[in-house]
Amino acid sequence: MLDLPLLIGQVFNGFSVASLVVLAALGLALSFGLMRVINMAHGEMLMLGGYLAYLTFLVVPGPLALLVAMPVAFVGAAAVGAVIEVSVIHRLSSRPLDTLLATWGTSLILQQGARDVFGPIGVSVTAPDWLNHSFAIASGPLAGLSLPATRLFILLVAVVVLAALGLFIAKSRIGLLVRAVNQDRMMAAASGINVRQVDLAVFCLGSGIAGLAGVVLALLGPVTPSVGQSYIVPAFLVVILGGLGSMVGTTIAALILGLVSALSQIFLDVSMSQVLVLVFVIVFLQFRPQGVIAVRSRALEE
Amino acid sequence: MTQTPFLSRLWIPVVLLAIAAPWLISGYELSLLGRFLAMSILAIGLMLVWGEAGILTLGQGVFFGLGGYALAIHMKLAGLEPGSLPDFMEWSGITALPWWWVPFKSPVLATLMVVVVPGVFAGFFSWLVFRRRVVGVYFALITQALALSFATLLVSQQGATGGFNGLTNFQTLYGFDLNAARAPVVLYWVTLALVVVCFAGVRWLIRSRFGMLLRATRDGENRVRFLGYDTTPYKVVAFTLAAMLAGIGGALFTLHAGVISPALVGVVPSIEMVVWVAVGGRGSLWGAVIGTLAVNFAKDEISSYLPGAWLYVLGLVFILVVGFLPRGIMGLAEDLTRRSARKPQPQPVEAPQ
Repeated sequence: MLDLPLLIGQVFNGFSVASLVVLAALGLALSFGLMRVINMAHGEMLMLGGYLAYLTFLVVPGPLALLVAMPVAFVGAAAVGAVIEVSVIHRLSSRPLDTLLATWGTSLILQQGARDVFGPIGVSVTAPDWLNHSFAIASGPLAGLSLPATRLFILLVAVVVLAALGLFIAKSRIGLLVRAVNQDRMMAAASGINVRQVDLAVFCLGSGIAGLAGVVLALLGPVTPSVGQSYIVPAFLVVILGGLGSMVGTTIAALILGLVSALSQIFLDVSMSQVLVLVFVIVFLQFRPQGVIAVRSRALEE
Repeated sequence: MTQTPFLSRLWIPVVLLAIAAPWLISGYELSLLGRFLAMSILAIGLMLVWGEAGILTLGQGVFFGLGGYALAIHMKLAGLEPGSLPDFMEWSGITALPWWWVPFKSPVLATLMVVVVPGVFAGFFSWLVFRRRVVGVYFALITQALALSFATLLVSQQGATGGFNGLTNFQTLYGFDLNAARAPVVLYWVTLALVVVCFAGVRWLIRSRFGMLLRATRDGENRVRFLGYDTTPYKVVAFTLAAMLAGIGGALFTLHAGVISPALVGVVPSIEMVVWVAVGGRGSLWGAVIGTLAVNFAKDEISSYLPGAWLYVLGLVFILVVGFLPRGIMGLAEDLTRRSARKPQPQPVEAPQ
């Protein structure tokens, strides 16, 4: 009864969900690896990216609006991220659970702010013409399979961002500092690295990537004040599943969860598949409580 | 646990005043007070699990909801003509009662379910997670995902749960008419009695050896392990008890409010529950109750004047309390009384994380 086009279509959907979630989760995972802190207002960076895309599309008409919107959203979200890091997260970073609560307060304020500025009903962005079609296969064994261009674009964005970030961390000087702080914060500080600046830079970078994800999100559906909330819980699960702040782990975890979610939707409705994803995470933690990529360490407590 | 001597001596007048409340305040205020007291039972449980054991849970709404729905299902069935189905099931085209509704016909069984369902579920869930030593931020985020899944599941199973609107329009419970004139006052006293019982029970518990081990686990879980204790069962028991208290709170809330719906149990309400305890003071039982009443009366006032402003206030309160007043109202009160008594006492030292 399993027909091939449906299966491939769902696998493709899984990859496109995974690419959105990985963009949302990267910033969380990077900051978590460095500071052991989760920013609950991270979802609002997606929302902000979405609204910035909407504003850019108003100001810059034409097919290039999307290409302008992406840097705008990146910079805008990174700037707001910097404000949150300096004003809330840095002050509380010795108390991870309290940071969780305080950043959740920040997220409430940002959501209500968006509601007051843009209204409770979402705003929409019209995807440019070059994204407004889909690759449909009409004949052969895969007849009926249709791949929308926007979803291919999301996949492309995620791959480009991952590659760029990977290169940045592996090759650049700042990347070297980030790896050093990630491995051993105290030793890094003792050898003269300004740990504080590394924290801030990584946080801004992560927020900016979430802003990019927001632009992509705006192509898929309306941007609402609570749009970030629907993506952030899967992103949290991806961080848990991925292991402490590992980029590779985050990517693998996002792919696993995206595929579990999309494939289970062949048999189940959306809400049941959400439950299944959570059950999957809990079962997975029974076997690998440290996540996909475990950091080997002799330290007793992280 | 924070010592609050002035309130320990004041508890008799406070309880007497609370018993006399029906004669002192208006019917509307009494209905709010009753509802908030019901919620404070949940807060007492949250204080046990978060304040004492140091386990932050962002999913108490799930257990609140399980308790609430358990009683609501019974009340739906109790108000039915024999052979008929609850109204919303007929609208959704359901022809037979779902099998898991059947046990709730019995009032005794349904009342037991209010604590048993949240308890069993919380026990199993927390055992799975704690036994693999998943703690701290990880645990908090998993419980949040739990709250999200629970709320979406309730909405999607329209035919069996009433969907987005939840369950409402209750008539009778244990043969009593819920719309009788005396019903709100009786319900208020029942709630108050349960608050006192739960308060005293948890107070006894946190002063016992069990409570001491919970605090030790909070401050240095590995040190407790090295002393030869397995910390998992302690944490599972604390989490399970908190879930049962949340279930009782949810059932009483459903009676007071006359409704239980997914909007009351999802991600946002679950985290709001943490605010109650944070504002009151997570290290104090009095704080849990006072915080619940203070936050919810403030919410009621502010929402009626400026509907949009509540979320700003809530967000700011969250940031400010956590940032500047981590011991909440009770911590502040304690500092003030100490300063006036001019008795310098050693400050507790924060355990290294």
